[in-house]
Amino acid sequence: MSIEVRNVSKTFGGYVALRNVSLCVGNGELVALLGPSGSGKTTLLRIIAGLEVPDAADGSAVIVAGEEISARNARERRVGFVFQHYALFRYMTVFENIAFGLRVRPREERPAKAGIRERVNRLLELIQLDGLAHRYPAQLSGGQRQRVALARALAIEPKVLLLDEPFGALDAKVRQELRRWLRRLHDEIHVTSVLVTHDQDEALEVADRIVVMNQARIEQTGTPEEVFHNPASQFVMEFLGHVNLFHGRVESGKAVVSNDASTGAPIFVRPFDLEIHREARGAAPMRARVRRIQSAGPSAKVELAGDNGQPILVEMSHDRLRELSLRRDDAVFVNPREAKVFLDDYSI
Amino acid sequence: MVDRTAISRKLIPDMIQTAKTTEPAWMRTILLGIALLFLLCFLVLPLAAVFTEALRRGFGAYLASFRDAAAMSAIRLTLLAAGIAVPANLVFGLAASWGIARFKFPGRNLLVTLIDLPFAVSPVISGLIYVLLFGMQGALGPWLAQHNIQIIFAVPGIVLATVFVTFPFVARELIPLMQEQGSEEEEAALLLGASGWQTFWRVTLPNIKWGLLYGVILCNARAMGEFGAVSVVSGHIRGKTNTVPLHVEILYNEYNFVGAFAVASLLALLALLTLVIKSALEWKIRAEAALQVEEAA
Repeated sequence: MSIEVRNVSKTFGGYVALRNVSLCVGNGELVALLGPSGSGKTTLLRIIAGLEVPDAADGSAVIVAGEEISARNARERRVGFVFQHYALFRYMTVFENIAFGLRVRPREERPAKAGIRERVNRLLELIQLDGLAHRYPAQLSGGQRQRVALARALAIEPKVLLLDEPFGALDAKVRQELRRWLRRLHDEIHVTSVLVTHDQDEALEVADRIVVMNQARIEQTGTPEEVFHNPASQFVMEFLGHVNLFHGRVESGKAVVSNDASTGAPIFVRPFDLEIHREARGAAPMRARVRRIQSAGPSAKVELAGDNGQPILVEMSHDRLRELSLRRDDAVFVNPREAKVFLDDYSI
Repeated sequence: MVDRTAISRKLIPDMIQTAKTTEPAWMRTILLGIALLFLLCFLVLPLAAVFTEALRRGFGAYLASFRDAAAMSAIRLTLLAAGIAVPANLVFGLAASWGIARFKFPGRNLLVTLIDLPFAVSPVISGLIYVLLFGMQGALGPWLAQHNIQIIFAVPGIVLATVFVTFPFVARELIPLMQEQGSEEEEAALLLGASGWQTFWRVTLPNIKWGLLYGVILCNARAMGEFGAVSVVSGHIRGKTNTVPLHVEILYNEYNFVGAFAVASLLALLALLTLVIKSALEWKIRAEAALQVEEAA
């Protein structure tokens, strides 16, 4: 079921958490709200859930499945919510946690005991924790707890699923496993989901669409490919991975980087969009000196210092690194590739 | 020889550290001895004295002290005062800590300070305030007299004074506990469709039950043992406005030592029982906290 947020603002005392934000999430989509802490992404999620009330304003609305729900409280909205720190009920077993949302229903809507048991067991199967129904949350690992929290949220058959930094408290390996699992699960059950995260890799890997937020506003909305390859602003470019900052000018559709860093327009180049050569090539190669070579990992990273000491980071394949046979303090030339160079607000 | 020391120092820095931070054996014995001697003189001996004095004329005389009408009345009044003060402060403490831990509102810090007031004020002064307020010469005294309501030198005054001095116990215990636990579990319950009551009974109360019980036990011990504030408002009317601690004083002043110590032994037993329950609860709370931390790590 779709979600639509229209012209929503939220201030806490003098602090502006959201400034006139609008957002659309299509039926069955998985959208990531991506941004640094304090960008307003969690506040937006909590407003959709009904845990925060947006500032009163004309034209402000929260619409889920075509219904305006601003006036409803969190209890009546029937959204599934997963917290960063799980928020499992510590004095209930896994089974009771998942069954909670069904057991608190008014008598006429409550499924019979057997019905509850069946649904909980099905969810336990879905999260692959069949054998642990009678454990308490304290007896589970972080990853297991978060899966229980997800099952508990899904038990009420929510209209939408909201996840607030669901993998933020887990270690790197579990986090990666769990986010792939979440993606597969979403492909299976297709519940409209909004995921809040500050981890760009997570957003790029999991989401159908990414909403990049900064300073209480939405900076850009698009597919992972769009926001990564065509960032709408300097902020988005910088937030989605490391960038090198150069200065230069634009000449007939090409960026010409000047060796003098103090003049010209800022130009941003990703580390893998830079090439290193032993000899000068192209229009305006930059002279640089190798400072550090880091070849552990999927690609090799070379840190260089430009003529004026400016740091440059270049990423390349291990093959290319071997070909160049670079050493510390070697003098080389750096060329931006023809492909993508971004100027402040428009790409060249 | 020198070389060897250097090597061992390098190899086992932790042990060197431990040796440096520990006092020599004779010092430890002296420190421990002083602490134990202090404990013996100021805690164990008085406690033993209470029971030996109470049983000086045998078990029969000990029991007879309770059969006295005035003693029975004092026990009843103490139970009544505690019976009202503890539930009242239980409800108040829950409401106050909920409000303080869950919401930010103007005057929140003032409320926290006010809750601590009974700890800061001498009990005699708090009793006196009630006398000044409700007594015959007090602000509300004439009006109360006109309507035939007696508070000072009567049971209502004793209950009021007891409620006042035991006011902070439950709230003080719960506020840090609820702040530490946060409100996420309650939010989760709400989002799953639970009503306010369902959330309170199924989520909030189980989470704070041990802390709550701890506060109630301490509150009860103080309610039954309070002397100063109650003494001021009571008027010491035998068989009417005497609580157990006040009755002990009267008996003692009448040189009825067996009676005084027998009744006092009741309070001592209550204190011992409170200590046992308190330790059990502390153990329970610590064990659960350790479990949460260990599993979270």
